[in-house]
Order: sequence, then structure tokens, then C-alpha cells
Amino acid sequence: MSYTSIKIENLSKQYRLGEYAGYRTFREAVVDTMKASLAVFRPKPDTEGLLPVGQNMVWALKDVSVDIEQGEVVGIVGRNGAGKSTLLKILGKITDPTEGRVELRGRVGSLLEVGTGFHPELTGQENIFLYGVILGMSRWEVARKFDEIVAFAELEKFIDTPVKRYSSGMYMRLAFAVAAHLEPEILLVDEVLAVGDAAFQKKCLGKMDDVSKQGRTVLFVSHQLNSVRKLCSRAIWLDNGSNQMEGTAREVVSAYEGAFFKAAETGAKTKQQNCFVGWDILEPKTDNPYRYDTFGPVKIRFLLLLDHEIQRGIHGIALWNSDNILMWGRSVENLHLKPGLNELTYVFEDLPLHPGPYRWQVSFYEKKGLMLDNWQSVPEMIVATEPLGHPLDEWAGILNLPSEFKAELLEKIK
Amino acid sequence: MKETAENLPELSVIIPRKGWVPIDLKELWTYGELLYFLTKRDIKVRYKQTLLGGLWAVIQPVFTMVVFSIFFGKMAKIPSDDIPYPIFVYAGLLPWTYFANAVAASGNSLAGSAHLITKVYFPRLYIPASASLAGLVDFFIAMIVLVFMMVFYQYVPGMNVLLFPFLVGLTFLCAVGAGLWLSALNVQYRDIKYVIPFLIQLWLFISPVIYPVSMIDKKYQWLIAINPMGGVIKAYRATLLGHQPIDWQLLGISTFIIFIMLTTGLFYFRRMEKGFADIV
Repeated sequence: MSYTSIKIENLSKQYRLGEYAGYRTFREAVVDTMKASLAVFRPKPDTEGLLPVGQNMVWALKDVSVDIEQGEVVGIVGRNGAGKSTLLKILGKITDPTEGRVELRGRVGSLLEVGTGFHPELTGQENIFLYGVILGMSRWEVARKFDEIVAFAELEKFIDTPVKRYSSGMYMRLAFAVAAHLEPEILLVDEVLAVGDAAFQKKCLGKMDDVSKQGRTVLFVSHQLNSVRKLCSRAIWLDNGSNQMEGTAREVVSAYEGAFFKAAETGAKTKQQNCFVGWDILEPKTDNPYRYDTFGPVKIRFLLLLDHEIQRGIHGIALWNSDNILMWGRSVENLHLKPGLNELTYVFEDLPLHPGPYRWQVSFYEKKGLMLDNWQSVPEMIVATEPLGHPLDEWAGILNLPSEFKAELLEKIK
Repeated sequence: MKETAENLPELSVIIPRKGWVPIDLKELWTYGELLYFLTKRDIKVRYKQTLLGGLWAVIQPVFTMVVFSIFFGKMAKIPSDDIPYPIFVYAGLLPWTYFANAVAASGNSLAGSAHLITKVYFPRLYIPASASLAGLVDFFIAMIVLVFMMVFYQYVPGMNVLLFPFLVGLTFLCAVGAGLWLSALNVQYRDIKYVIPFLIQLWLFISPVIYPVSMIDKKYQWLIAINPMGGVIKAYRATLLGHQPIDWQLLGISTFIIFIMLTTGLFYFRRMEKGFADIV
């Protein structure tokens, strides 16, 4: 029989922002204690647990309520800082909510950035056990699935090598393999499918699908909207910490993508002004304006909404891959722009990138030190060109360069 | 109806926790293997890519013993309860070195595991605990040297040696107690990172490692035991060297203090634990 697997009621989480976001220094604590002891005769308001209300407080989540049934695969989409990761962290018991309540049925496994439990000095085998146990498996469970994990990661030959000698692809593959063999009733996944090459991604997606077929509940945060569409039955769109929309994955993802696009076209962007409102691939025109699937020239534009004239603006751009490795960056200075919707376009002869998801980051400064916006592109750019490099991941390199190869005889040896 | 309700997976509830949080023994039990694997990791990693490896566990106390024997034993002529100064000081350095290293390791353990704390849930208590536990390997390696010294100086422990495992456990608990306090404070106040080495240095001088408790006026000897390592180190010498009976009074005071330090440490740790991921 089916039951409610996750029941979230009015969940809120408040964070402290700004300079005091981190740890307090000892001096502050000592000064506070001294002040408090001087004020001992004055009545003190009971503020324990609740942080003082001030400008540098921010609600990362506000009043989120969702019910998720057993066996559902639910995607969570939203801009950076919309509260997606905070929600998973609360469900994974990593951090406490400020208000509200969550009921969970069964064991919870979280995959928040795979491989965080790895120790670089230990071998693949030792790390499989360590990471498995950290994720909540028992030693026997790991031992039983050990061969399966190694086979899944395709690392049979390297299992006795310290993981510090692994390529980033191998590292991620091993980490995902361990995590994928965890069998909790509820699985929380944060951005881990952007792992390795396209073939391995496919394998991971397949594994996730199996997991849900076994009746497990999966909560899945991703910037890869296509995998959300493919994998999830339902989706939730978080914006500014609250639940903006809930529905089938297709509906929600389309609405989410559309929101950027529509806002860009009408110029009637949300609340903010002076920010990037969207991007797309202008040429070549295909049915998906976020996908680059054949080598050749490509024209990409970013839409910037301004409410006043800019005399000497500075614009920066960066392209990141899914491992957060910088692929390319550039900056342009002394831009003169008029109020309204501005189009910033780039033409590239080729994008020699491996297949996979990429993220554009664009920034705009009114003048030095005065930033108007720093935007991570939504949706991501999907590169789906033919892989041209070495078939082995660790030899394929960062670029997917088209090249001509020829072998010919120059001089004959007698 | 009743049957289906029983078939449902176990329900857990997440609500904001305020103030003091009870210790969840059941959870500690289910995650028990984690303590084992974290300890194993700390042990394995400890001497990776070092030339001398496990020898370091011996070098540190042995060299300290040599230096102390020359300066305190020979030159300053500090008394040593009528036993040769080298074996006297080594029997004290053995638990002391373990304790000092364990406190330093566990005090810095949480701040050094930020990447884990912010990504995966498990009882955080096991981070400082495993750091203290891992040091025991060094302790037993260093113990071998003491055995050789006992043969050389011809000291035979009496029946009191049966108390030895208990003392090791007590030293471990003492290190964990201090480690819990320091590691939890360290998450919030990074000053602790600088306090730890300094604290350990001072602590050595208030502990009867270099000098015997008998150097102090009988009336004030209980003061030595307020420092939990005081009574423990004295008892170590008595059990291993058998040169004097165990001072149950001092050991009792120290055990009591260790117990207090450990319980308050546990509760303070639990209270702070819920905020670790946000501030580490």
C-alpha cells in the first residue's frame, strides 16, 4: 500500500547574513558576556533559539508545505539561493529548521555533493567502506554490494589505488556508485547527476529510475531541467524560499523556463530591475534554444534589463562545466547602454566542449565596485555534440576539439 | 488496519530543537560502525607518506624522555620517588603524550570536518571520539618501549597491573571530555585553535609528569587530582612500576572530575550540535 512518505508543514529556515554569518570571535563572546552580566538586573527577553530580527537576517525558506507520496520522484527547481539546498539539508537532518515540522517515513539517504566523505589518501576500496558507512549503510551491506559498486563505477583496475590519484571523473563515478547502492526509503539527491561523461550520466539516470521503481521516494534538486523532466513525476518550483508552483514535472519545468523567457520578452521582469533576465542560442535556430548539438558557429545572447542609462559599464562572462571548472571567461569594459531591454550577443566559431551541461555566468557592473547583477544562467546550456576525444575519460581532456588526422610516409628507409 | 500500520516504515519527525538536547543512545548504537570506520581512517591516514611511519609514535615520547632526563633529572635534580628518572618520566609521558595528542586531534576535529558536517548527517559525537580513539594505537606502540625499559631497570608490576586497562579507558574518557568541549567551542570560536597548544603546554606543568606528587606538601596533594590527569598519571606509575601502592583517594577525585567533564561536555556538545552545519 502507498503512504505519505514526506510530509512538510510550514517549514521555514532563517539564516544570518553578512559579516557575522560565520563564527563569533572569542572577543565578541567575552564582551557580550560582560555586557550581559552588567545587565543582570534588567529583564532579558527570551530570544533563545530565535535569532535577533534585523536587516541581516534572511529567510532561506518560508512556509513551505508539501506532501510527497511513497514512490514519487519529485524534482525541485529554482534559481540559486531559492532554498532548494536548504530544504534538502533540513530533510537530511544536517541543519535544523527555524520553524515548522517534517514527518519522514523510513530511512533517509542523502546525496549532497557526492564524494565529500572520501579521504584522498585512502584507496578506492577503503573509501567505499568509509563512505558507505557515513551514508548510513552497515559494513555487511557494503560488503555484500561491494562488487556491484565497483562494477558500476567501472573502476575494477584502480580499486587499490589511493583516490587522490583518480581523475575527477573516476572520483565522481566511484562516489555515485556507492551512493546509488544505498537503499533508503527516501533518497535526497542534490546535483549529482552532472557526473562524468554522457554514457555514465545515462547509467546514473537509469539507476535513479530503478530506485523509484522499487517504491522508494526520491527528492531531486537539479539545474539540469531536462533530467528533471525525464526523471521526475512531479516537480516543485521554489522561489525566494517559498513554494511558487507545484505540479507535474513537465508543467513546472516549462513554467519555470517560460518565466525567464516571457519576462525577457515583455521586459516585465519580476520584482527586480537592472538584472539579467534570460539567455538563449539565437543561431543556429533549433527547437531547443538551450542546446548545442552540431559543431559550427553559434550565436548566443543574454538579455539585460536596465532602468537607467549606463555610461561606462563593465560586463563579465564565464562558462562553467558541471564540475565547476572554468572553461572560458572574458570581460568587456566601457559599455554604453540605454535603459530598457538590452541584448548582449556573442558569436563563437565553435564550442569545442564535451557533451554535458554547462552554466553561463554573466555579471554587469555600473562602474568598478558597483555590481548590478551576477547571474547564473537558467536553464543550463546542454552540449550534445559528438564526442571526439579519447574514449577513456581520463585521457579525453577538457576540450572536445575537432581535429584532422593523417599518417603518411615522408621518407622510405632502405 | 492494524497490520498495515505496522508495515509502514518507521516515522521520524524533524522539528526545531531549542536549548538542551538529550543524548540519543539508540542512534549512537545504530551508527556504531561509523565510529569504527572513522577511527580506522584516522589510524590509516596518520602516517601515510611519511618515511618513518609508526616510529613517530615512539620518537616523540622517547626524545622527550631523554631531554627531560638530562635537564630535569640530571641538572635540576628533581626527585623521582627513588626510581631511576628516565623510567619515572617515561611512565608519566606515556599517558601524557597520548592525552595531549588526543585532545589536540579531537579539539580540531570538527572544524576540520566541515566538508562532512555540512553535507551528510550522522552523530557528530563520533568525530571527536574517533580522533581520540585513533591515538590509542600510538599509545600502545610507545608502550613497547616502556616494557623494554622495565626489563632493563628490572621493574616488575604487581597485581595492580590489572588496573591498567581501566586507566587507559579513563585517560581516553578524559581526552574525550576535553575534546568535546574544545571541539564544540572551536566550531564557533576559532580562537580555540590557538588556545589548544597553549593549554596543553600549561597542562603538562600542572600534571605530575616531570615531578612526583610526593614533592608537594601532603596537605595540598588533593589539588593535583583536581586536574584529572594528575591522579591518573600517578596511578599509571603505581600500576606499571609497582613502587608504591595506588593512591585511591587521588584516583577517586580524578575519576570524579573526569566524569563531570565528560557529562558536561556531552551535554554542551549536544546543545551546540544542531547549529554546527550552519556555523562551521
